[in-house]
Amino acid sequence: MITVAADSTLSRQHDTSPLPDSGVWSGLRWALARDLRIALRSRAELGVQLLFYVIVVSLFPLATSPEKSLLALMGPGVLWVAALLASLLSLPRLFASDYADGTLEQIALSPHPLPALVSGKILAHWLTSGLPVVVMAPVLGLQYALDAQSLTILTVALLLGTPILSLLGAIGAALTLGLRGGGSLLALLVLPLCVPVLIFGAGAVEASHAGLGASANLSLLGAGLLIAIVGAPLAAAASIRIALD
Amino acid sequence: MSNFLAMGGYGFYVWMSYGVTALAIVAELLALRARHRAATRAFVHDRNESPTP
Amino acid sequence: MNLYRYSSPAAFYPIAGRLAPWFGWSAGLLAAIGLWIGFAKAPTDFQQGEAYRIIFIHVPAAWMSMFIYMVMAFWGAMALAFNTRLSAMMAQALAPTGALMTFIALWTGAFWGRPTWGTYWAWDARMTSELILLFLYFGVIALRNAIDDDRRADRACSVLALVGAVNVPIIYFSVQWWNTLHQGSSISLTAAPKMATIMLSGMLVMALAAWFYTVAVALVRVRCIMRERQRGARQLGPTTVVPGLA
Repeated sequence: MITVAADSTLSRQHDTSPLPDSGVWSGLRWALARDLRIALRSRAELGVQLLFYVIVVSLFPLATSPEKSLLALMGPGVLWVAALLASLLSLPRLFASDYADGTLEQIALSPHPLPALVSGKILAHWLTSGLPVVVMAPVLGLQYALDAQSLTILTVALLLGTPILSLLGAIGAALTLGLRGGGSLLALLVLPLCVPVLIFGAGAVEASHAGLGASANLSLLGAGLLIAIVGAPLAAAASIRIALD
Repeated sequence: MSNFLAMGGYGFYVWMSYGVTALAIVAELLALRARHRAATRAFVHDRNESPTP
Repeated sequence: MNLYRYSSPAAFYPIAGRLAPWFGWSAGLLAAIGLWIGFAKAPTDFQQGEAYRIIFIHVPAAWMSMFIYMVMAFWGAMALAFNTRLSAMMAQALAPTGALMTFIALWTGAFWGRPTWGTYWAWDARMTSELILLFLYFGVIALRNAIDDDRRADRACSVLALVGAVNVPIIYFSVQWWNTLHQGSSISLTAAPKMATIMLSGMLVMALAAWFYTVAVALVRVRCIMRERQRGARQLGPTTVVPGLA
């Protein structure tokens, strides 16, 4: 059973459900359930982050031109870049509040493997920030005069790609725990790593328009997702231990 | 000599490249020398302030 | 010879001091030879005229920018695996020079591109990958500056450098793919002029000069880092002095 500091006034501190064993899956489930509970308590914050996505996407036509062919060309790229920015915006809350009040240290001391717990947290992060973006994107894609086939490909690409953004972002969030310049530094570290996801994800629609089919892009995204699922929690867990020492 | 500087009409590009490269290297070396002096000066100062047995 | 003897900062400090000038002067000599080959020996290129002579800086700088990053990641891996301070300090010492090489590659690439292909920046695969590499260098340097504790900085920057190193081939592959998709049938911007042997040897000599320069600078910088860390340790009290570093 994980015990947490009794003197904290934050409501999330009282999340102390018992842990029957010390396995990978139970650890993941525990971290997932806890983070989802905490996130859903501040639903307004999640709503604001989604609203940020909507607003950013709406800015580009205002800044360029509402001309249909231009929008159709820009659309996938804009929706992807905005998804990337929205992910960056919500990344600090992945570890920062737990780190600030000492919960993260106790999580790290638990018998569960830290990568498993980190995976649960990342999954919760994606479900509350990435998945809403995936759901919104086809709706917003209509603003960009994208046809049904493009919207489908775009949505599938985002579905595969936004988890990768959460996974890569978690490494950055773990490395920059408690540091000054936090958010911008995190962006500087994470954005270059996300370039391949952006290229293959946004390029999927264009590839299908060019007659090449989107399957190559989507397969590469899928492969990237598998690699990230295995590698990123390990790197993030190592980075957390480095920050905690 | 003027042929050398003109570089077949491409002088601007060639010398901007070589020139900025030379400047960058000199800048790095100067910064390194300043860093070395500062580090040694501070180190010697500390050592004189609190001599070890 | 037991190399592990030299893995302590105190033992390596004097060695670095003795080696650095040797590497520095060699770099200067090699650069002189390389420039002589590049300007006096190599003929004018048929297609690009004299502008091609920029490659004697551009290509070696680009090679070094990649090489230094991999070496930096290697020292980071050593630092994580064996917990040796010197490995981490070498990685820290290499980063600024790596970033400098990347900048030089980008700058000379732009000034080579303008007369040759009509534009300073063409979003071709190599230059775009080089730009992202510059961001990766800045990330490692920024992370180092943001962390006050040396030990945490060493380990965090090692992790970041390794994550970056793993990603560099992926990034390059993706940018290459992106570029070929949009190039269409236009001229390949990354095609170098047909390489006469003399041009290649000029580039190789300059690359060697750049390598020796990097080693010399890194050795001096690692001495500065040792002094700076030693000073920090001293301020905690005389018992933390590393013998031999006085």
